[in-house]
Amino acid sequence: MPDGPAPVRFVFRGQPVAVPLGDPTRTVLQWLREDARQCGTKEGCAEGDCGACTVLVAELDTDAAATAAAPLPSATGHGAAVRAEGLRIRPVNACIRFLPSLHGKALLTVEDLAPPPTPGGPAPRLHPAQQALVDCHGSQCGFCTPGFVMTMAALHEAHARQPTAPAPDRAALAEGLAGNLCRCTGYRPILDAAQQMLADPVPRLPLAGLRPHLLALQDAPTPATEPGAAPAWQAPRQLDELARLRLAHPEARLLAGGTDIGLWVTKQFRPLGPLIWLGDVAELQQLQATPDGLEIGAAVPLEDAWAALTHHWPALRPLWRRFAGPPVRHAGTLVGNLANGSPIGDAAPVLMALGAALRLRRGSAERWLALQDFYLGYQQNALQPGEFVQSVRVPWLTAPGLDSATSRGWTVQAHKVSKRRECDISAVSAGLALQLGPPPAPGAPPVVQDVRLAFGGMAATVRRAAGAEAALRGQPWTPERLAAAQQALDQDFTPLSDLRASAAYRQRVARALLQRLWLATAEGGAA
Amino acid sequence: MSTPTAPRNTPQTPPAPPEATPVVGQPLPHESATLHVTGRAAYCDDLPEPVGTLHAALGLSPVAHGRLHGLDRERLLAQPGVVAVFTAADLPGENNVGPILHDDPILADGTLRYLGQPVFAVVAHSREAARRAAALASQVLHIEPLPAQLDLRAAHAAQDWVVPPMHLTRATHPGGVDQALAEAPHQLTGHFSLGGQEQFYLEGQISFALPQDDGGLLLHCSTQHPSEMQALVGHALGLPLHAVQVSCRRMGGGFGGKESQSALFACVAALAAQRLNRPVKLRPDRDDDFLITGRRHGFEFDWTAGFDDQGRLLALEITLLGQAGHSADLSPPVMTRALCHVDNAYWLPNVALHGYLPRTHTQSNTAFRGFGGPQGALVTEVILDTVARHLGLDPLAVRQANYYGVGERHLTPYGQPVVDNVLEPLTNELLTSSAYARRRAEIAAFNVGSPWVKRGLAFSPVKFGISFNVNHYNQAGALVHCYLDGSVLVNHGGTEMGQGLNTKVAQVVAHTLGLRLDQVRCSATDTSKVANTSATAASTGADLNGKAAQVAALALRERLCAVAAQGWGVPASEVQLHSGHAWAPDGRHLAWALLVQQAYLARVQLWADGFYATPGLHWDRQTLTGRPFYYFAYGAAVSEVELDTLTGEWTLRRADLLHDVGASLNPALDIGQVEGAFVQGMGWLTSEELVWHPVSGKLLTHAPSTYKIPTAGDVPDALHTRLFQNRNAEDTVHRSKAVGEPPLLLGFSVFLALRDAVAAAGPAGCQPPLRAPATPESLLNALDAVRSPAPPAAPGV
Repeated sequence: MPDGPAPVRFVFRGQPVAVPLGDPTRTVLQWLREDARQCGTKEGCAEGDCGACTVLVAELDTDAAATAAAPLPSATGHGAAVRAEGLRIRPVNACIRFLPSLHGKALLTVEDLAPPPTPGGPAPRLHPAQQALVDCHGSQCGFCTPGFVMTMAALHEAHARQPTAPAPDRAALAEGLAGNLCRCTGYRPILDAAQQMLADPVPRLPLAGLRPHLLALQDAPTPATEPGAAPAWQAPRQLDELARLRLAHPEARLLAGGTDIGLWVTKQFRPLGPLIWLGDVAELQQLQATPDGLEIGAAVPLEDAWAALTHHWPALRPLWRRFAGPPVRHAGTLVGNLANGSPIGDAAPVLMALGAALRLRRGSAERWLALQDFYLGYQQNALQPGEFVQSVRVPWLTAPGLDSATSRGWTVQAHKVSKRRECDISAVSAGLALQLGPPPAPGAPPVVQDVRLAFGGMAATVRRAAGAEAALRGQPWTPERLAAAQQALDQDFTPLSDLRASAAYRQRVARALLQRLWLATAEGGAA
Repeated sequence: MSTPTAPRNTPQTPPAPPEATPVVGQPLPHESATLHVTGRAAYCDDLPEPVGTLHAALGLSPVAHGRLHGLDRERLLAQPGVVAVFTAADLPGENNVGPILHDDPILADGTLRYLGQPVFAVVAHSREAARRAAALASQVLHIEPLPAQLDLRAAHAAQDWVVPPMHLTRATHPGGVDQALAEAPHQLTGHFSLGGQEQFYLEGQISFALPQDDGGLLLHCSTQHPSEMQALVGHALGLPLHAVQVSCRRMGGGFGGKESQSALFACVAALAAQRLNRPVKLRPDRDDDFLITGRRHGFEFDWTAGFDDQGRLLALEITLLGQAGHSADLSPPVMTRALCHVDNAYWLPNVALHGYLPRTHTQSNTAFRGFGGPQGALVTEVILDTVARHLGLDPLAVRQANYYGVGERHLTPYGQPVVDNVLEPLTNELLTSSAYARRRAEIAAFNVGSPWVKRGLAFSPVKFGISFNVNHYNQAGALVHCYLDGSVLVNHGGTEMGQGLNTKVAQVVAHTLGLRLDQVRCSATDTSKVANTSATAASTGADLNGKAAQVAALALRERLCAVAAQGWGVPASEVQLHSGHAWAPDGRHLAWALLVQQAYLARVQLWADGFYATPGLHWDRQTLTGRPFYYFAYGAAVSEVELDTLTGEWTLRRADLLHDVGASLNPALDIGQVEGAFVQGMGWLTSEELVWHPVSGKLLTHAPSTYKIPTAGDVPDALHTRLFQNRNAEDTVHRSKAVGEPPLLLGFSVFLALRDAVAAAGPAGCQPPLRAPATPESLLNALDAVRSPAPPAAPGV
């Protein structure tokens, strides 16, 4: 055996391959196009925003038996990963996905969906997504098409594997395609094709035989560089191992989905230093309803997290739809979105309003910290050196399993305002939670028992609107108090002007979002 | 293939000739559809790279304006993987890619004119190594920053224009436009601010240059204009044009952005390949593509309109400021087209248009689908909307009152009569199919009962002139080869960017020769085949190249019919080609491949060239008069929106599109163009906002993360698109009409519907000061303006 780190082993074209670790920030797309010269997958933007590079990643479904009986909740029927053949299959953006993160997984690209034609032979049978796109005139320049095909193939497989579930309607399909941009067609024929392909609900992804390969790869040594090597890649599999590594290398950067960090490489050439990949840590994959709340591990993809969150808090569904596009939601993690600390991270406001807390781990020590106390300043947080976020827990407003959004007098709203409805970065986002008590006297307005108003895009961090909350807490829910709270918002925040919105617009919108809360809750209020 | 066997006539039971199956007019799929969906369609970056291929990246100016004093070349050369560094001084020929004026350097030379301007090229063993080194630009360039002019109106006030002003004035009133304005019963003055638009072709700019023997170069280039690439590379490198071959199989979208502005990348790749004698590929990252290249011109308009009680425009004066950027590029013809489309669908008896192209320290703006036409037409639509609201009339009625007439009221401001006007029947058909009147009433009722959510409805028409405004571009050539197995290869001067041009041209050829479509194939556009081609632009691709290919195919048909006729002893004029056979009047027939072989043995030329020049065009650049357009394409749209007046967010509820493509060559492709253009136009006027840093001049919206084109969710289920039944009055190929650009203007209806929804939030007669793009913020600003208790400000912003 040659010296050096173990190679990255994954399944490609149905067969295991071993790729030397090399630069761990080399992307899947670079490997495909430049090394393997498999050029069906395209680069449109190299930042995970256009979807031309969409590929499918299949991984072992470690609890396939358990979840087959109780599939993850999904609001639209296509939210979470496709589960089939003992695998979970997800569309992701190859352009910002680091190659070593494929270790132990299988990669499917557009070339896998239909065999190449043989000279003189019959035309190969296309995948239903491909055939429908041809039939419906869904490609023009064709450059975005392979990415659409892969996203559609995942949607098709999801439906084919759950044929009794209702087929996603056009709006749901559009939602599923929100991470794929087309500049030519205007999308109508693509949506037609997506509907047409569902008429042939027979599983078609070439998944057979993948699971044994992946099982065999589980024993393969994890690719890892020697500690101290630069750039370094570590991929722990156990939580304790991660905690030890993190403590020993507090300077190392934790990598979960890489949907933000990937851009630091492809756009900024930022040296990342040592990387610790969280995606293989078993404990961090956990997503469970506990007596204290819904707890979501640090490696749980956004899509799974949102599926669970919206199951318990249906009021969050509109935000789920508008939170990035599916390939980003399947790669990125909820905890990553929180820990990244962006002032416009869309998950933080509503989770703050729901009173979420973070489980922090440092060595063997563990502590809980309220999400609202986590952010100290622009991209600064309360983590100690060597500490990391293990999970986030969203407490129940009421008994688990009930629709808590409107129970016990609570109303929860999650808002996002951006130039484009889907797959955009917020100008302003907000999580609003209001608990109204009964009116003190017949005919009197209800009293605000508790209120938590958290905003993104309004300050250097996502944070609560202390003044507006104070203006409401314990007060009657009246137009006068609403106005007072809206005025207080101007004192709570001094937003910036940037390419997404002016400061004045942000302040106007923050006030307007309180108005929405009013319209949904006030006596006689109507949207 | 082996020597052809002697052709045999087939005199068996003469069947009745089968019905000729038309190929033209059928909704056939794009010729590359299967390749697209399987990932086998090869774009420039997918071509095999010969061993030794190097990669280039561009070092960009970090300032909007400055003096360039030098470059730390050694530091760049010391970067890992770097092979060479080139600057303007390395160019043996002319340092220019300006297509009209020679004012556009390939690499900056002395003066830095915008943030993002390429200053040097790094060539390295890998693309990433080249990019990493080029990213050091701000550290290796020695620059003396100078004050930058970033404001269009300030540049105009300083009278710093990239070309002299253009004035298009025409008056039927004996006292001229001024007098007509003064005498009009009503006058209004306003201004309107209209943003630009990034092409956002999904495949970015790319050129791949491969040295050939004897100093020649082959370039694979994602370009709408291979001949221009050939010419500019030749001039830059001092090569005769016969030594430069440019090829383009397909583009992953162009939209005008690869008409002139692919040249810089072609020239740099060619320079590096020539100097290093190695294949060199240059594919800028998406962010660099945004920073380097220009896009649709943003415009500022100041207008004065005089009109009567019905809203008929009696006189109109408009000053148009188009943001040219740092150089002329294609801005002069863009402004010409803007001036020639201010009339849109309307008769303007007295009009004075003043077009200026101020110079700013920003990217040089260029062609984008519509080429100034949409900008010119939109201001008039906004004016008519304003007039209607002023008079308390439905904007639809005001539009109809101003329509061009048939046989009267039909002279355009540039002197060309409109003789193919179908506005009235097209409008009536759409108003019926979209139930405009009923929905107008329903929306009014809805708005009364909905304090926060308002709906808006708008109709907008399109009349768009087809032809290049520059006469000599209106020509095309094609070659049609018949091989001995009967397969047919077509090459023409147009380029395939997704619009289906190759499909349409192949349909025309197959139709002419009586073949199935799969017997005809179009090859890559290549300057070594058809020479001196025009850009595939101005919607003319199928008009010009389809005709040229038809001419070639007709020549072949004539020769082959003569061969068959000789064998049968009938007049050649009585031989027909269809269903894959030649047919004699008595039913005798001969399979196509056998006929070709027979002709070969008879030493008949089996390839033909075709040439086409659009007839009847003339244009006086000084007076801006003549017949710039062969004909007009028409269309109309009705859009309905719903606006959340709390935040300015909105949705498109329904859109009805009816568009005139003449007799469609391929209805599936044409509907694809109509819908794609509509959504692109909608994006331009709503979510696609360009923002430059007000101090540094950096384009802040430089990638899809920050620049937002529409997604699937922005398109309503209720999108009803139909083609208007029509035949071109002019003798175009199969009486079809161009379709690429005109339907972009259908997107106006969305903007105007938003204006309508904003107006519904204010008092009757209010004028929404809505700028474009109508982002939620600009909508909320307009809403605040109409809702405020103060009287409405002057119309427009």
